[in-house]
Amino acid sequence: MAERSERDLRTVSTATNPDGDARPLSKSMATHSILRSAPARPAGKPEGFSVVGAALPRVDAYAKVTGEERFADDIFLPQMLFGKMLRSVVPHARLKRVDCTRALALPGVVAVATGADLPVRYGILPSSPDETVMAIDRVRYVGDPIATVVADDELTAEEALSLIDVEYEPLPAVMSIEEALREDLPQIHDNARRTNNVQKEVHLVFGEVDAGFAEADRIFEDEFFFDGNTHAPIEQHAVVAHFGADGKLTFWCSTQTPHYLHRIAAQVLELPGSHVRVIAPPIGGGFGGKTEPFAHELAAGYLARKTGRPVKICLTREEVFYAHRGRHPVKFKVKTGVKSDGTITACHLQSWLDGGAYASYGVATTYYTGALTTVTYKIPAYKFDGCRVYTNKPPCGPKRGHGTTQPRYALECQLDKIADALGLDAVEYRKRIAVDPYTTTVNGLRITSCGLRECLDAAASATGYTVKKGKLPRGRGIGVAASSYLCGAGLPIYWNPMPQSGAIVKVDRGGGVTVFCGTSDVGQGSNHMLAAIVAETLGVDVMDVRVCAGDTDLTPVDLGSYSSRVTFMAGNAAREAAVNVRQRIVAAAAQKLGILPERCALAARRVYDIDHPDDQLTFIEAAQAAEAAFGTIVGVGSYAPPKLAADYKGSGVGPSPAYSYSACVAEVDIDLETGEVTVEKLTVAHDVGRAINPAAVEGQIEGSAYMGLGEALMEEWPFRAGEHKIPNLLDYKTPTSLETPPIHAIIIETDDKEGPFGAKESGQGPLNPVIPAIANAVADALNARVYSTPITAEKILKAMDAAAGGVLRLRKPAPVAVAPV
Amino acid sequence: MSVAPAKALRTFALNGEGVQCAFAPNKTLLEVLREDLGLTGTKHGCEMGHCGACCVLIDDRPVLACLVLAIEVNDRPIRTVEGLAKDGRLHPVQEAFAQCGAAQCGYCTPGFLMTAAAIVEQNNRLGEADIRAAIAGNLCRCTGYTKIIEAIALASDRMHEAQPGG
Ligand code: FES
Ligand code: FES
Repeated sequence: MAERSERDLRTVSTATNPDGDARPLSKSMATHSILRSAPARPAGKPEGFSVVGAALPRVDAYAKVTGEERFADDIFLPQMLFGKMLRSVVPHARLKRVDCTRALALPGVVAVATGADLPVRYGILPSSPDETVMAIDRVRYVGDPIATVVADDELTAEEALSLIDVEYEPLPAVMSIEEALREDLPQIHDNARRTNNVQKEVHLVFGEVDAGFAEADRIFEDEFFFDGNTHAPIEQHAVVAHFGADGKLTFWCSTQTPHYLHRIAAQVLELPGSHVRVIAPPIGGGFGGKTEPFAHELAAGYLARKTGRPVKICLTREEVFYAHRGRHPVKFKVKTGVKSDGTITACHLQSWLDGGAYASYGVATTYYTGALTTVTYKIPAYKFDGCRVYTNKPPCGPKRGHGTTQPRYALECQLDKIADALGLDAVEYRKRIAVDPYTTTVNGLRITSCGLRECLDAAASATGYTVKKGKLPRGRGIGVAASSYLCGAGLPIYWNPMPQSGAIVKVDRGGGVTVFCGTSDVGQGSNHMLAAIVAETLGVDVMDVRVCAGDTDLTPVDLGSYSSRVTFMAGNAAREAAVNVRQRIVAAAAQKLGILPERCALAARRVYDIDHPDDQLTFIEAAQAAEAAFGTIVGVGSYAPPKLAADYKGSGVGPSPAYSYSACVAEVDIDLETGEVTVEKLTVAHDVGRAINPAAVEGQIEGSAYMGLGEALMEEWPFRAGEHKIPNLLDYKTPTSLETPPIHAIIIETDDKEGPFGAKESGQGPLNPVIPAIANAVADALNARVYSTPITAEKILKAMDAAAGGVLRLRKPAPVAVAPV
Repeated sequence: MSVAPAKALRTFALNGEGVQCAFAPNKTLLEVLREDLGLTGTKHGCEMGHCGACCVLIDDRPVLACLVLAIEVNDRPIRTVEGLAKDGRLHPVQEAFAQCGAAQCGYCTPGFLMTAAAIVEQNNRLGEADIRAAIAGNLCRCTGYTKIIEAIALASDRMHEAQPGG
């Protein structure tokens, strides 16, 4: 069991600061030696850390373990109404009539809204606004919202839904990529420029692709299918909206992107942006599923305004499956040319994405299925063709790894086939073709720090990969895969030249520090990250820092918890704001101590002379001296990524100020009789740049490994007769504690030059190698490969059968005799 | 006005105290705790008995509050996450969850804590396999269960080494 620092607010440690400040210190600070950890260092680049790197309990850990944390659905306001949405029960139809008369007459019903009330079209990407809050003349999937009722209680609202009269004129439903490409089916969104249901096509070529293939000794061509799946955060989406007497609308909303809800709510509800406030309370998990404005949120805002009473809407679990915006099902064709030693000469990747009924982030997702192919291994020539189609299913969008998870599965599976065919060790081979730090890819992406080789080494040596691969008894296997991920998209989703993240740091006369930042903590620990960066910079305890996050009125904009951008971008903004404060404190303290500012160090709530540590001020004394000298102590900071996009259409997707790297080794045991796979262990090494809080980084790696396991083996997205077959948490299988194996998380640090204290991301990247590592382990165990996810028992038996030339023939189970009771 | 039936008055033995509450008799214990008693620490992720987020203890046994009608509980003692800490001291499972980083978003946490409290209180030192089996009815999408298992093991160790002969 990892050693943890012991800190309990209720049973406070007796360690107090020797300077007489009676507040307890977090243990890592109480035990730290000032002389050891605060060597002479330039103000901007400390080398020893007090808070950064300490596996402390998160600043919000105690609120979470006491039930005190207040999520959106925990908010109850006086006079609050409860809303429910009527949703389409057919996959595709013209909406002939929606009549709410009978519903409105039900006692307890206060108001109703339909599509006609909110006609403004919107979409998270400004280039593809194809949604309205509720259907106006067409429904496009089972679950598409049609009307919203608010009533004195939830039961009445629900009852009222059954009193809304809806007349549908059914249209043929388009339920697959193949059907969407056909020209004889109706268009889900009218588009005169096309005759089918293609939403977006991308065609990009980099380098000499034909020459690359001509130069290859071997060419490998494969097809893969990655099934869709969903985030299934345990918290169902919830919103409370309140329209005040001042004419201003406030949302408390489980959203990963308060800023985007702010923008789009103002547009759709036709209010000035200054009259909309979005507060993101703590979020009960997102994984990309709460990354854009949802119909129920906008409907709640509208009805709060209409009724003058607060409105709450909390989705049911079934509705969460329809809200979705999850992993796109994607078909791939991958063609890779290699020299006989495995060196890649060219790669051609084709992807077809099943987008569901609306655009969501789909244009970006389409690009992402191709954009990061070149960031893991050296590829000198690259061609990418992507195509996203509309279907009559819940809209797909970003899920952890956004659009890069599916191709990474395809590419890593093929790479293992290449290694096998050429007789190469899969780890050594990957290390040899891994990208080098500080290089640029053929599609113009700038790579900075890169610990990919270290990740591969660490994961392989922790598991004995090389001695086990190919040598385990049949049925047992080991597999490896690697990948890379963004530390924030280089460009915002709506074009603007402003920073992507801003922060304010304020110091109180009592020694408390507050950091204000528009981030939304979805469980990844962004609140702790902000507190730790500010505490480190100012030399205070992490618990001295209060985090005020995710409030569009109070906090500077942060674009949101998506694309793994928060540590890098908000962390840098907070760091800059704290450095501003630090400079003033240091200037005032230096004067009091009679030394040059360069000789001031800040740690353990003290400002002291690095040469004579006993010459010191308390942080409070120094902060008060600074306030006396310079006025109110507030520092601001912001972060805008450097200009990274190359000069071609579509170059905006893929650039990031840094990339994280990961490698996974999976060990599996397959029951050859039933085809059931048991993953025995997952080992994931992740280059996080620097772990601000190693316990939190491990948590992200472990959670990613778990989620990848679910996607690899069980999570699927099946439809029957236009309906989702399994929209509940019993039938939609996610791994429990019994299917989840021990997970070994290994942190690799590469100290990124541009990251805050060297940090990169850890929330999404570690998921990507897990799925192909499991697939490769299964292939090792069987000597046969399954070419689609999830890798179910049925597919394994079929693959074994095919590998044996079809001689095994799946046996029909004998009828089970039921004894009479 | 609403379609809800008239309220019933009941007394609960809740977190060691008797509390009286009037609520619609068709409500689940989950709804009464959160909506009528203001104890929002107990969460919900499905209201169908699938996720474990609503776990509370009745007679010190883990029960899914979304599957229990509140009027059926009668005088049996109920414990929720709000009642785990005693006299300003956190329950060992709460301390261990905070220290190990077992709560990420924290939404599943109250449910896990109640299951964990029941098993660490009622058993001697727990091994990993016991813990995995005991929490299999609680879903967590954030942690991969790793640090949850670590935390429960730590709490179990601490509780049983503190007790002589435990
Ligand atoms: S809410 Fe009770 S089990 Fe999910
Ligand atoms: S901590 Fe988020 S669901 Fe468990």
